Amino acid sequence: MAASETVVNDWDARANDADDMDEMVLNMGPQHPATHGVLRVELRTDGEIVKAARPHIGYLHRCFEKHCENVDYPGVMPYADRMDYCAAMGNTLGFALTVEKLCGIQVSPYVDTVRVVMAELQRIASHAVAVGTYTMDIGAFTPFLHLLRDREKILDLFEWTCGARLLYNYNWVGGVSHDLPDGFIRATRDLLREFDAVTYPELLDLIIHNRIFVKRLAHVGVCSPELAISHDLTGPNLRGSGVARDLRKDTPYCGYETYDFEVCVGQGQYGPKGSCFDRNWVRVVEMRESSRILHQALDRLEKMEKADVHEKVPKRVKPPKGEVYFRTEAPRGQLGYYLVSDGNINPYRVKVKSPCFTAMSAFHHLAKGMMIADIIALIGSLDIVLGEIDR
Amino acid sequence: MGVTYELLLRTFPALARWPSWVVIAIVTGLPALACFTFMALGPLVYVYGERKISAFMQDRLGPMRVGPVGLLQTVADTVKLLFKEAIFPRGVDRRLFVLAPLLVNVGAFMPFVVIPWGARLQPADLNVGVFYVVAIASLSTVGLIMAGWASNNKYALFGAMRSAAQIVSYEIPAVIVLLVPVMIVGSLSLHDITEAQRGGLQSWFLFRYFPIMPVAFLVFFVAGLAETNRAPFDIPEAESELVAGFHTEYSGFFFAMFFMAEYTEMFVFSSVATVLFLGGYQAPLPALQQLGPLPMGWFWLWAKAWLLIFVMMWLRWTLPRSRVDQLMHIAWKVLLPIALALVVVVGGLILLPATAGGFPWDRWVGWPLTIGLVGFLLFVMLRAFRWNRRRAQELAA
Repeated sequence: MAASETVVNDWDARANDADDMDEMVLNMGPQHPATHGVLRVELRTDGEIVKAARPHIGYLHRCFEKHCENVDYPGVMPYADRMDYCAAMGNTLGFALTVEKLCGIQVSPYVDTVRVVMAELQRIASHAVAVGTYTMDIGAFTPFLHLLRDREKILDLFEWTCGARLLYNYNWVGGVSHDLPDGFIRATRDLLREFDAVTYPELLDLIIHNRIFVKRLAHVGVCSPELAISHDLTGPNLRGSGVARDLRKDTPYCGYETYDFEVCVGQGQYGPKGSCFDRNWVRVVEMRESSRILHQALDRLEKMEKADVHEKVPKRVKPPKGEVYFRTEAPRGQLGYYLVSDGNINPYRVKVKSPCFTAMSAFHHLAKGMMIADIIALIGSLDIVLGEIDR
Repeated sequence: MGVTYELLLRTFPALARWPSWVVIAIVTGLPALACFTFMALGPLVYVYGERKISAFMQDRLGPMRVGPVGLLQTVADTVKLLFKEAIFPRGVDRRLFVLAPLLVNVGAFMPFVVIPWGARLQPADLNVGVFYVVAIASLSTVGLIMAGWASNNKYALFGAMRSAAQIVSYEIPAVIVLLVPVMIVGSLSLHDITEAQRGGLQSWFLFRYFPIMPVAFLVFFVAGLAETNRAPFDIPEAESELVAGFHTEYSGFFFAMFFMAEYTEMFVFSSVATVLFLGGYQAPLPALQQLGPLPMGWFWLWAKAWLLIFVMMWLRWTLPRSRVDQLMHIAWKVLLPIALALVVVVGGLILLPATAGGFPWDRWVGWPLTIGLVGFLLFVMLRAFRWNRRRAQELAA
């Protein structure tokens, strides 16, 4: 796109413009309450208007991909957990599926269903954090705490199952670490009933359709489908622009093709399609769709015979020589793993295609000409997790 | 010499023989001391209230550990703040940096001078009372800008510029709407304005010219929210955008002073709104004005101001924050025309002999409306409470 290149060069062109003395460079972050971690955004501001914005990433770089080359395949799992710490289940699921694809392991339908349950619970929990922190960015504190309260209940389920609340190491190559405990299905149903009857309608009433909230967001950060695709926005960010792309539908894994759910796209109820409101709206509606998937998955689990979740777990994960790329729909978008194996017990190379990293690439396009308050709204609506951007 | 002198004279007859400068010092110093103590200790209560109320709304407990149900939490916090080091970052303008919180506090505390707590319980009944409150309260804007400038911090500067723009803009509709009760009474003195609303809830200015004055009250309340930097207009200290706005660089006692000023301003605004629209120290029923020998005026002013403070906290913990341009839009394009229209309409109504004292139905709307509103709120709360309990039982089953 020719237009995008001019915007990229905009920063330096402005910097050389000696006549323009009204501008002030404002460093937002890396220590800032609303940059969702250690993102640093360099803003060129004229009063409240942002003339140009340049995100700086890398403050949370922990060399995960390099670390992965020095540990065996099960040892990579904790690293995958720690990338997107808000949605650890989705990360490990992706890596487990990648290695299974390379090794040619086919897990049992029971394990698949358990994985779907965990992934969708994690999606609700992750979106709860995303939407909650987003409302806090916009200035409403209470929905955040209400949503975190409900996320706690999901974390309780996780803790009950595998002992951890944040970083689970739950999905293993060829299975999962623990079977679901007795009574898990009923407890999850209780949680979902409460979510459907209380949390979801309350969330819509309290904040999503709030007039101030809508006015703040409906015309802000409008991302056209073309821009979204050209910058490889994925997940809710892409669907917010009205592109119905969801890997659970398009290239199904874990038996997602057998579940009945809809791909939520931005509706543009209050303004142009692809605004911050739409991106946030997609997350909200996706929570409801996840709940639908969960109901179906729980139905199946009730009918299913319990199987050994460690049945296919290899004693030593030693994939054949080769390379593989596999991607899943993590809560924040398409999470892809590129894996090269030299036939050893350590991966030769692991490369992660992170949805937040690519989302950040569209940032400076969307941020141009905004007000400072909108920058916060934009960062929040892209729902970035710095742990995943920097890895 | 006023009430204080008479009261003192009754207790200490010897006072009459003392030199007049001593007497003046005592007579002016005692109410000032009382006021200052009340104001300085007030934020302890407001902050505790805010934390408990927000906790109630957010489904959590709030402070519980220090003292019974956390009552001493704010005391502990204050002590902590007092003993913390006040950090002066490199590059700050030290004199302005220290002066700013003082000036903000002056703006917040001085209006107390004219707030009437009872028919004779008023530090000073200035005949320019309302004007004085508006003028003095604007002083804190200067303090805020000073703080933002002296901090040598871009976020603080943004916060200061925002607060200046916001407070100056909202002062205009606030002051214009403030003229409405002043026109009705024909006096700027807060004491006179309160006395004009004597005779129970139905004679409060909120229910005068029935559908008109509630609008005036709303305009004044919204403008007051903006002037006290409360949500949804808390953009000068929007923590998600500007870290902490103008007091980003302040710590320790100086930070505590900004905090204190903010809450004091809230109380000042609430009590001024109470005096102008909600009858000040007048009880809702004339019979409740006196409890045996004890005059209850102070209680009613306090209770009504607290009701408004509660609403402000309620709004803060419910609504998201507005954006700067939207804020200006509300001030200049919504509130200001309404305020001007109100002045014209009410002014015209006062001039007409038939409606000089209010509409004929004014006396009948006050009580039904109040009872209806309170009843509705109680009903909603009761339903929510019951529903919560049922859900808890269901989940436990």
